[in-house]
Amino acid sequence: MTNTPAEQAEKVAGVEVGERRISIPGMSEEGENLAAQTNTAADHSHGGVGESKEITAGIGSRAKRHIGFDVEGFPEPNGREEEWRFTPLKKLAPVITDAATEGEPVSYEVTAPENVTVSSLGQDAAPRNTVLHPADRAAVVGSKNTAEALHLKVPADAEVTEPIRVDITGAESGKRANSHIVLEAESHAKAVFVLEHRGSAAFNGNVEVKVADGADIKVISLQRWNDDAIHVGQHDAEVGRDAKYKHVAVTLGGEVVRLNANFRYAAEGGEAEMYGLYFADSGQHLEHRTFVDHNAPRNASNVLYKGALQGESARTVWVGDVLIRKAAEGTDSYEKNQNLVLTDGARADSVPNLEIETGVIEGAGHASSTGRFDENHLFYLMARGIPEKEARQLVVRGFLNEIIQKIGVDSIEESLQEDLENELEIAGY
Amino acid sequence: MSTLEIKDLHVSIETEQGAKEILKGVSLTIDSGETHAIMGPNGSGKSTLASTVAGHPRYEVTSGSITLDGEDVLAMEVDERAQAGLFLAMQYPVEVPGVTMTNFLRTAKTALDGEAPKLRTWTKEVKEAMAQLKIDADFANRNVNEGFSGGEKKRVEILQLELFKPKFAVLDETDSGLDIDALRVVSEGVNRAHSENNMGTMLITHYTRILNYIKPDYVHVFVDGQIAEQGGPELADELEANGYDRFLAAVGA
Repeated sequence: MTNTPAEQAEKVAGVEVGERRISIPGMSEEGENLAAQTNTAADHSHGGVGESKEITAGIGSRAKRHIGFDVEGFPEPNGREEEWRFTPLKKLAPVITDAATEGEPVSYEVTAPENVTVSSLGQDAAPRNTVLHPADRAAVVGSKNTAEALHLKVPADAEVTEPIRVDITGAESGKRANSHIVLEAESHAKAVFVLEHRGSAAFNGNVEVKVADGADIKVISLQRWNDDAIHVGQHDAEVGRDAKYKHVAVTLGGEVVRLNANFRYAAEGGEAEMYGLYFADSGQHLEHRTFVDHNAPRNASNVLYKGALQGESARTVWVGDVLIRKAAEGTDSYEKNQNLVLTDGARADSVPNLEIETGVIEGAGHASSTGRFDENHLFYLMARGIPEKEARQLVVRGFLNEIIQKIGVDSIEESLQEDLENELEIAGY
Repeated sequence: MSTLEIKDLHVSIETEQGAKEILKGVSLTIDSGETHAIMGPNGSGKSTLASTVAGHPRYEVTSGSITLDGEDVLAMEVDERAQAGLFLAMQYPVEVPGVTMTNFLRTAKTALDGEAPKLRTWTKEVKEAMAQLKIDADFANRNVNEGFSGGEKKRVEILQLELFKPKFAVLDETDSGLDIDALRVVSEGVNRAHSENNMGTMLITHYTRILNYIKPDYVHVFVDGQIAEQGGPELADELEANGYDRFLAAVGA
């Protein structure tokens, strides 16, 4: 077994790096194929542009991470744990204490066609807790303190064309809300779920997604909180035989957001993807962690998270774990994180972790980059007569747009593009 | 008529061992309607010449001049060079994620002309140019060069050449990596731009193959950052027969 954080391009401002002529520091870098070489010793990346690297070794195997429903099994974190070391724990205190929801600080509005069943599930009512196994202190206290989970079920063979929406709106800053949502797609069902978070709250929300055989499910989670909101959440999915699953997280608002998006497989032939887009301004800490568990043979996975940062204290974290277990022969897996640092002082951490327990795989690639503009993108556009300012605008929008394009719901794509325009105005783009 | 004039051009790049001189005094004059083939072995500086004309920031001009109808090209920004009528068909066109071809082509055309093209005629023009170059109509909705094969990228470079109508084009190994059908399609595009716009062309190539389709008026043999010999199309025939050995031997000695 190996544990190989990705090689990382850290040079700044258009310096071509290495023999592969990486065109833009951290933008068009391809990950290595690790199927053949499983002992690459490399470091991962921390920091904003121009900061020095920090080398961390000996992160424990993701397979050994504790999961369960016992709150006692998850001691209160002190910040030195691998899974908490990047997180501002003091600010998260309102959502990781073992506490009940205070009144009704958050409203839930469900928009779904008639053939979608809307109900609730108690602690022991399957499929609740069959997919999501709390993997940290935040998830376990959220799970414990939510008596009734919202359950949305798409029946077998149904194709729901309109997005099924859950609008989650917080009414008061700092007010604790625990939430649990179970999204279920029966065999060969096709649907898009949209979870849209707005307003202010101290929100602890778990989401579990059961994707039955042959189903095709998208979950779009939009974090459009006010700037004083706190949000932690674990989103777990189980992907059935020949099923398709796509999770897209877009985080623009919130003071501290920490989302764990994970999936594993129930059988073979699944295709699962996770995409993320975050845009951090001064004062925001936006953290996304992904875990792809290749626990069964012949499945495909792809993860792409992209971030932009602007402002002195803008902070983002991406940690992407991929575990290809012994049984997972024929796996095809790729993960990548790219961060675009728009101004001085912002800091992005990016840590891809790839563990491979079998050599009999199709592919396992990973890449990570954090930097300023790709000078070669700029050169290409300018060589076609486009002035520098306009070329920069095109490149930034293009960079962010790549994730927006994955959503596939026109109204959401347009409204997010408007939000991004407002963000970009701050840095003068 | 326009003239692109390169005089005693010296160009260096920064390497880990310090500055390295790549071009060691290149002089070359191209008039409208002329096609100049620049031929030479790998590493002789051909692509450096191309990138320097376009203004790539990696290349530093230490002495010499480039002028377009007397205007100082080296004083122009990269976009200003394009606006002045220079076009570089790149050897390795980059992918620009999230920017669609349609958006890119329209933005560039607007910047080059100083006004937005009329939507209806522009759309038709793009479609026809794509069809002539056998580029699938679907490419208009894809991101710039993203996921395109090597041959597709080269066709898209020539698509831009035809749509943007430059005074002078520098084709940097446009023929490399093309199969025979693609080579023919791409060459026809260059020939159309030449005959319709009286375009002057600097055709950089390692092989004589493309010269069967694009007829040069002049051939310059590039060795070790300098023009070692120049002549008419017959020089290409000699290279076809004997290769670059004669020139390399001269440098070695």
